[in-house]
Amino acid sequence: MAETLAKKSGPRSLFFRYGPEIAGLASLVVAALVFELLVRIGVINRFVIPPPSDVIMAFERVVVEEDILGRTGATVFEMIVAALAAVLVGVPIGAALHHSPLWRRALEDWVGAMAAAPIVLAFPLFLVLFGRSPKTIIVMAFFHGLAPIILKTIEGLSGTRKVLINVGRSLNMTSSQLFWKILFPSALPVIFTGIRLSWTFVLITVVGVEYLINLGGLGQLINELAERYDLPGTYAVIFFVILVSVFFFVLLERVELWLRPAR
Amino acid sequence: MEDICLQPAMVVDDVVKRFGRDEQVITAVDHVSFNVAQGEFVSVIGPSGCGKSTLFNIIGGLLGDYEGSVMIGDERISAPHPAVGMVFQEESTFPWRNVIDNVAFPLELQGVAKSERMDRAHHFIDMVGLASFEKSFPSQLSGGMRQRVSIARTLISQPKILLMDEPFAALDEQTRLLLGDKITQIQQALNQTTLLITHNLTEAVQLSDRIVVMTYRPGKVKRIVDIKLPRPRTSDVVGSDAFGHYVAEIWNDLREEASRGMADSESAAARRGAHG
Repeated sequence: MAETLAKKSGPRSLFFRYGPEIAGLASLVVAALVFELLVRIGVINRFVIPPPSDVIMAFERVVVEEDILGRTGATVFEMIVAALAAVLVGVPIGAALHHSPLWRRALEDWVGAMAAAPIVLAFPLFLVLFGRSPKTIIVMAFFHGLAPIILKTIEGLSGTRKVLINVGRSLNMTSSQLFWKILFPSALPVIFTGIRLSWTFVLITVVGVEYLINLGGLGQLINELAERYDLPGTYAVIFFVILVSVFFFVLLERVELWLRPAR
Repeated sequence: MEDICLQPAMVVDDVVKRFGRDEQVITAVDHVSFNVAQGEFVSVIGPSGCGKSTLFNIIGGLLGDYEGSVMIGDERISAPHPAVGMVFQEESTFPWRNVIDNVAFPLELQGVAKSERMDRAHHFIDMVGLASFEKSFPSQLSGGMRQRVSIARTLISQPKILLMDEPFAALDEQTRLLLGDKITQIQQALNQTTLLITHNLTEAVQLSDRIVVMTYRPGKVKRIVDIKLPRPRTSDVVGSDAFGHYVAEIWNDLREEASRGMADSESAAARRGAHG
């Protein structure tokens, strides 16, 4: 028995359990080593891509000298406000358009066009409307994140299987019960796909506009470090942007697991 | 003739349903009449395209616009009625709810207290033989188990009439026979009035007290056959001579209808091919 247990908790079983994570981390380390080598032997110019060892060394500097935590906080705050607003406004608009075939036909293509539009480039207009403030960043990110949620909410609600609606009808459910107890939970997986897309757009817009208008969190810091030609520092901050992105996706996964335990 | 002395739980009287307009009208159900007595198990059998599913939707109240009447007591069915519990052909469990929450769903809608609805859900889950799967989600169950969840969810409202539309159509023959046993046990334990819509001959004979045989389009009642196999009944009955006799007898009625249906589909396919 003890032997069996020892076998089960051995390195082989650990590898099978954490295999994907270990493989993912290993490929990152290998990629860093390859870049390190290519930069050191001069195949890649270190003024285009700095050696990964310099980027690692730059972490301490950006944390101590550049107030990275405060700036990450600013970016996270702008992102949370824009992302939540996009969900709170996008889902009801999607549900309303699903409910009204006329308005859906009238507006769905426009919303699709809005999803594809490079809203970041409209920053001068938003600057005029909201001034050089976090408000501009939040409003622009909100608009960019809105369309995927609207479109995926419509798609999710329309994709509810007819037999589930018939179960609801056979139980004499009111239209409100039908929506909250059948249509909405059935549409949730697709709505979450929309939220994932939306939050990607929101993060890109927040960091992009911070960079463009040189204001706020990590985007502004990337701008400043790039202008100082501090490439290791720039890449170190980009790593923090990735961390923010990972944080939001882990958060979303937790919420989804809580709402849909049967995934 | 037997149901004259039994109180009918449901009376289907001269029901007609047409689809389409002007010259494109198709009569799906044509002057169909039959009764279902209290505690009786009646099956409606017919080839594809005989209007079985239309009849299911009319009796379930999902198709309110029809001629004739489906009466439960003094009430004409024109919308879903609490006395009729429906089990659908397609898989209809809610994937986001576990078994017990699926089964308790109708009671949740009625505002029954949680402890009471859980107690009643335990009872019906046990009845359909899924006691150890209460916390499982539908994605973790087989097709037959999911259909049993749907049946338990329908039974928990204690409907006067259990209306089922080919609930085992997607299952293999062995599972179908075993679930037939389960349905027979439940029906006898609850004295549940049941109307089964099916195209499966053995299933109909295995389960029913009477079988309403339908014609191919337009769907009319061709014959009503009394099944005088002994009760309590199990799937062992399929090996008996009497069972074989009933299957052969009903197949004689159905063969001509099924052939018409097949010829019709083939000529429709040929027309589509010619136009394509």
